[in-house]
Order: sequence, then structure tokens, then C-alpha cells
Amino acid sequence: MSNVPSDLKYISSHEWIRLEDDGTVTIGITDHAQELLGDVVYVELPEVDSEVALEDEIAVVESVKAASDIYAPISGTIIEVNEDLEDAPETVNSSPYDDGWMFKMQPSELSELDGLIDSESYQNEIED
Amino acid sequence: MAKQTPFYQCHLDANAKVVDFGGWDMPLHYGSQLDEHHTVRQDAGMFDVSHMTIIDIQGEKATDFLRHLLTNDVAKLTESGKALYTGMLNHEGGVIDDLIVYFIDQSNYRIVVNASTREKDIAWISQQAQDFSVTVSENNHFAMLAIQGPEAIAKTNQILSEAQKQAVKELKVFFAVDSEGFFIARTGYTGEDGYEIMVPSDQASAFWNKLLQAGVKPCGLGARDTLRLEAGMNLYGNEMDEDISPLEANMGWTVTWQPEERDFIGKSALIAQKETGVKNKLVGLILEGKGIIRSGMKVILDNGEQGTTTSGTMSPSLKKSIAIARVPKTVGESVMVEIRGKHIPAKVVKASFVRMGKALV
Repeated sequence: MSNVPSDLKYISSHEWIRLEDDGTVTIGITDHAQELLGDVVYVELPEVDSEVALEDEIAVVESVKAASDIYAPISGTIIEVNEDLEDAPETVNSSPYDDGWMFKMQPSELSELDGLIDSESYQNEIED
Repeated sequence: MAKQTPFYQCHLDANAKVVDFGGWDMPLHYGSQLDEHHTVRQDAGMFDVSHMTIIDIQGEKATDFLRHLLTNDVAKLTESGKALYTGMLNHEGGVIDDLIVYFIDQSNYRIVVNASTREKDIAWISQQAQDFSVTVSENNHFAMLAIQGPEAIAKTNQILSEAQKQAVKELKVFFAVDSEGFFIARTGYTGEDGYEIMVPSDQASAFWNKLLQAGVKPCGLGARDTLRLEAGMNLYGNEMDEDISPLEANMGWTVTWQPEERDFIGKSALIAQKETGVKNKLVGLILEGKGIIRSGMKVILDNGEQGTTTSGTMSPSLKKSIAIARVPKTVGESVMVEIRGKHIPAKVVKASFVRMGKALV
């Protein structure tokens, strides 16, 4: 059974979003997503300082099997990316919610945060 | 309802991630496809390949029939147990399937064909056999297990019976031997040494469990694909199909042209292709930038001509993305591969990346 931490927000395409105290957000893929993908062997991250819009395809996670797009869960600016994933993409499998984080954003449309779903709703979605 | 092999319960017991593969419930991996890949390169792994189809061809005219049916010439086979890799073509020279044929005696052959092509192969072979006095029968009595890796033979031999140990003692590469109901072949699809063993179905799970105890690790279809791709081996449906000539699929070596009087199905089409000129060939690619090559990506040559990747992956052994591609013969030493809209440079090499645990590129 997949781990779905209750302190995070989610979107249906299996990204998690952590709202930080300083108003930024950290984004990664869920435990369920990494299980579906299998061994992750490559992560392509967005450029720091790039402006992205809600639902843009901004990153790619590739497992031995297939490539999977990562969508921007909100609009805003990319402020940091997890460069460690370049040399150790398997961290996404071993630690999807901590060391396997992908990028941080400064949101530009705070209202979009209301569109994120909570852990209970996400859990229900992946159980269907 | 998907079909299950005699090893199905063994897969569940080993925590397999089971997927539908051409109508069969097969293990994709047992936790980590990458670990399984490395196990085969460094130690010994076992793959359930029972979904593949075994067909026995018997009768007085069996040799004549197979010399007509197959591109490679079974007349080369004189020692019992000797195996031959070959294509089976349609009249237009396209590849219906690639297969291994085992010579038992002049009127007795066993062939192993792909799982995905089972129905059409049996229909084609049976139809062609009508003009010959042979019987074509699917053999359903066996489960099949590939045990592969540098330690595969030693570990498997530990658990064979005394008679079987004797039987495999002098078994050479690309030979098979029948012993106490087991058909043991020194063949494989990984680029490593090992066996492919046909086991009577009712003994399948006991055999699996003994191998587990001997330290042979279960490996799934995922690792099977990355291993065969590193070894530069063709996968039917990717590197070739009914519209592709063996001459454009690195299978020219499996076409035996002499003696001239032997006429196999597709021969005249291949001769015509040679006369007009074969345009494409299969090459290996090693990506020099970031990303992963997958099948069906566009390949752009220096002269502007284009080709396509037929298989691609991240090579677990080389830690680089590798691919097999069909490209115009004018290809130089490097190409560009279009990956998700970007052109990334790749080096052109022979389509053989890793064999016997060693990088060839």
C-alpha cells in the first residue's frame, strides 16, 4: 500500500505539493507514482527562474520502462531544482517525499492553491 | 482471462509485479528491474519463458520441409542437438518470425517461436507443410526457464540429477541435450552464458524452487528486454516484422544463399532486393547528450536523410542511453536523435553493446 502523507497536498497526476512557511512550495511525485514507474533512471528538471503556468509539462521522469511528464501544479516561478537527482535519479524511488523532491516554486496565483486536493482525496483516487 | 504458465504461483510467491504480456500473465519484475539486470550480468538469474511456443516437426521429409521454410539451411546441422537461429519469411521477403531450430535427427526437429506470433506461425507452418509428408505439432508438455549469467551454468548444474549432469558435461554453446525428460539447451537472449531448459510442466515449480535455493534469482520481462538490447539482439515486432527484410534487420547472416538450387520461401524477393540495392541497415546508437532514447524516435543523419529507432533504453550496465536504429546505409559516425522535440547527438556503433559482462563500446 502506498504512503500518502497527510501534511501534503496533491494533484491527480500524482505530484505532491508541500506549502512551506515562507510562501514557496516544494514539488515531487508520490510514492504511488514511483511504484507505477518502476526504477527511475533519468530526471529532467525545469530551468531555474523560468515562468510556468498551471498544468504546463515542465519536467520528465523516466524509468527503465517509459517516460512520464511532470505537470506544474500551480503557476509561478521555478526557484530551485534538486540537482542531486541528475546523478542519483533512483532517489525518487527510495525517498519520494524527502530527498527525492524535484523543484521549488514561488506561486504567482495564490487562488490556484485551492485547486489542490488533500491526502484523503488523493488516497481515494489511487484506490479506485 | 490471461493464460498462466506453470510457474505462475512461483512468481506470486516471489512478489512479482505481474502484467499482461500478449495474453499471458507474466512477471515484469520482482521489485527492481535494475537489480535483476545486474544479477544476470554478474551472477545468475532465471526467466520464465514458458509463453514461448515449442513446435515439433517430424517426418521423412522434415529436412526438405525446413530447408524450404527457413532462410538458414538446416542441412548445415549434422550433430544431434545442434541449434540454428533463422528467419522465417513470407513470399515478399518480410520476416514472419525469427526462431531457433534444434536438430535431433533427419526426420525430427524442434523449433521455438515467439509468444506474440504463435497463432500466425502455426497457421503458416501448417499451410506450408501440406506439400510435404511431415507432421507439425505444438508441444504443450513443457514449461521453459532461461537461466542466464556467469554463474548460471555452475548453479544450475548443482541441482541437476546425476544423469543430467553427465549429459551437460560437454554441452557446447548453441547445442541442446535431452535428458530424463528435460531438454537442456546452452542458448539465451541476454548476451551471457547459460541454459534455456524445457522442463516437464508438472516438475516446473519444484525445479524453480531448487534453483532459488541454489542462489539463482528470479528476473522479469523488464530485465530481459534491457539485457537483450545491450546484447544487440533483435526483438520481433521492434527490429523486424512482416514488412521488413532480414537484409535490413541485421539478419543477413541467417540467410544461406548456397547451394543455389535450394529455394526457400522469400528467396526470390531477397535476390531482387539485392539487385536493386538494400537501402537501410540496423546500427547501434549511444546517446551523447541528456535523455533516454525510446523506440520510434526520429534519427537524422549528417546528410539530412532520416531513420528511426527500433528499440531504446537506459543501459543499466553502461549507464548511458542506448538504442538500435534502422537508418540509411549512408550513415556516418554520428547522428542526431529527436527526443521530445530536441535534437540530441548520438554516436553510431555496431548494434552490440555488452556481452559476457563486458562493455564492447
